[in-house]
Amino acid sequence: MLPLFAALVAASTAALIFAGGLVTSTASGLAVPDWPNTYGWFMWTFPLSKMVGGIFYEHLHRLVASTVGFLIVVLAIWLYRAEPRPWVRRLGYVALAAVITQGILGGITVLWYLPDAISIAHASLAQIVFCLTTTIALVTSRGWQHGYQPPTANHQPADITLERIALVTTITIYIQIVIGATMRHTGAGLAIPDFPLAFGHIIPTHWDAKIVIHFAHRAGAAVVTLLIAATSGHVLYHHRRRGELVRPAILLLMLVAFQITLGALTVLSQKQFIINSLHVVNGALVLVASLVLTLRAHYSRFAGSASPGAYASLDPAHVRGADSMLDEGERAWTRRGASA
Amino acid sequence: MRRPFDLLFCTVLCAIAVALLACGGGNQTQNTGQTQNAAPAPAGSGAPPASPVDAATAATVTGKVTFAGTPPAVQPVKLSSDPYCEKANPGLKTETAVVGSDGSLGNVFVYVKDGLGNLTFPTPSDPVVLDQKGCHYTPHVLGIQIGQPLQIVNSDDTLHNVHGLGKSNKEFNQGQPIQGMKMTHTFSTKEVMIPFKCDVHGWMNAWIGVLDHPYYSVTSTDGTFSLKGLPPGTYTIEAWHERLGTQTQTVTVGEKETKNLSFTFKA
Repeated sequence: MLPLFAALVAASTAALIFAGGLVTSTASGLAVPDWPNTYGWFMWTFPLSKMVGGIFYEHLHRLVASTVGFLIVVLAIWLYRAEPRPWVRRLGYVALAAVITQGILGGITVLWYLPDAISIAHASLAQIVFCLTTTIALVTSRGWQHGYQPPTANHQPADITLERIALVTTITIYIQIVIGATMRHTGAGLAIPDFPLAFGHIIPTHWDAKIVIHFAHRAGAAVVTLLIAATSGHVLYHHRRRGELVRPAILLLMLVAFQITLGALTVLSQKQFIINSLHVVNGALVLVASLVLTLRAHYSRFAGSASPGAYASLDPAHVRGADSMLDEGERAWTRRGASA
Repeated sequence: MRRPFDLLFCTVLCAIAVALLACGGGNQTQNTGQTQNAAPAPAGSGAPPASPVDAATAATVTGKVTFAGTPPAVQPVKLSSDPYCEKANPGLKTETAVVGSDGSLGNVFVYVKDGLGNLTFPTPSDPVVLDQKGCHYTPHVLGIQIGQPLQIVNSDDTLHNVHGLGKSNKEFNQGQPIQGMKMTHTFSTKEVMIPFKCDVHGWMNAWIGVLDHPYYSVTSTDGTFSLKGLPPGTYTIEAWHERLGTQTQTVTVGEKETKNLSFTFKA
């Protein structure tokens, strides 16, 4: 049940990111001037009939955020009680601390009238929360716990190239998302009004701060696309029999194609709010798809935390995870597993 | 056995999360006559200081503002996001360019930009009223003096937030969930113009010019303006429009003289 619940929490975090995207896309961030109340009502007693105009998006976002926060509280407690791996329990605590911080940042954005830096931090931390909940869902999943398709009996070594390129891709996607958040919250979303050209040229003919941010996001999209193509290509060429890598690699390619399409439509539709918000949440899905691929590419480093025997066929010389990540109690658990 | 740190950490975080979730004001506050001052009230008590202008020699600048060219089309406002607004004001149209049949331009803020020197003027105690009626700000453009009370009224049976986006004056955002609610605000710094908006109803906006003197006028649909009671002298008169920009003219008025100015904005 824990894996299923963790997956539910991750999915709800994605829904929350979409709801948050709607708030900015409809300029509803200050439609509810007070926090944590809503026009003087306690959040959960605000009449549904009064969720009109911008209040609908802002208050909905708060309701979903509170729900996700509650789910993460439950997840943290569940992990505390049922998860034997200390580092996974700590992931739960970190996720809880992050979502609490998110709530506070959200309140500050309202009370301080949407300062750009706080709004950008709020958007950026949301992605971290999604990454944390996705990671917890992944490492508590049946596939991770019991080991994926076993490598060949010839002790297939860890693919250092894949580990590195996947990690670089994931980090670059996150940076691209932060640039996108900066673009949204500084009003630069239409600083370049045409697509795919910029003022009719490949490179803008004139610059100001907003055009710089907007063009940086477009350039970042190109870089991210190339990295995803390289990462997925590496997986499909070298690891086509490893389903746990192939699936996220293909998903990444599909999501980034969708993301580019949504980005183009966002500009061409003059930031139609549904398209705009889908672009936000799809960007988050690109990030976690890359994160899943990255974690699975590093799976051998987590071998000590997997179920006993899951990595019996791996070359022990490449299993380096225990020293860097596990405490003494976990080392003992690893030794019990190796001797089983 | 779980380490004590895990238990303590989890407990503290859960307590904070529960506290935040539970934090709230309980029942909704029924404030039908709420008054708030977001800025200090006008200083001084008793009779205001006398105007520095001698009425016997005061001059007047009048005029008309017109629009040349094809005026922008007036569009109906989509009110579907709030059923109350749809019922209360189904024929609401955009008012970014209110042009009369003879080309007269309304909602232009005309004021003395320069020329009054170091003259100081008494602060009126009568409030200027900004009403939210039919999910629409009335008036759309208005003027006020520093320290003069601005009374903002919610005449609608729906929620509005009053969001003033001053740059020189402090930004503020107050909720008015109840019909009949009033709030009072004063401005501390001269600023032309301060945009007001309702974040609940994105089409609602107004503009407020804050001055340190009483010489301002907002044109109605006939495009006319009048600046009365001016001391004789030379002045820079500015006409501001929210989309068409600003224009200035210099005028010199003698004792008890009336001068006429014309401003023409183009598409």
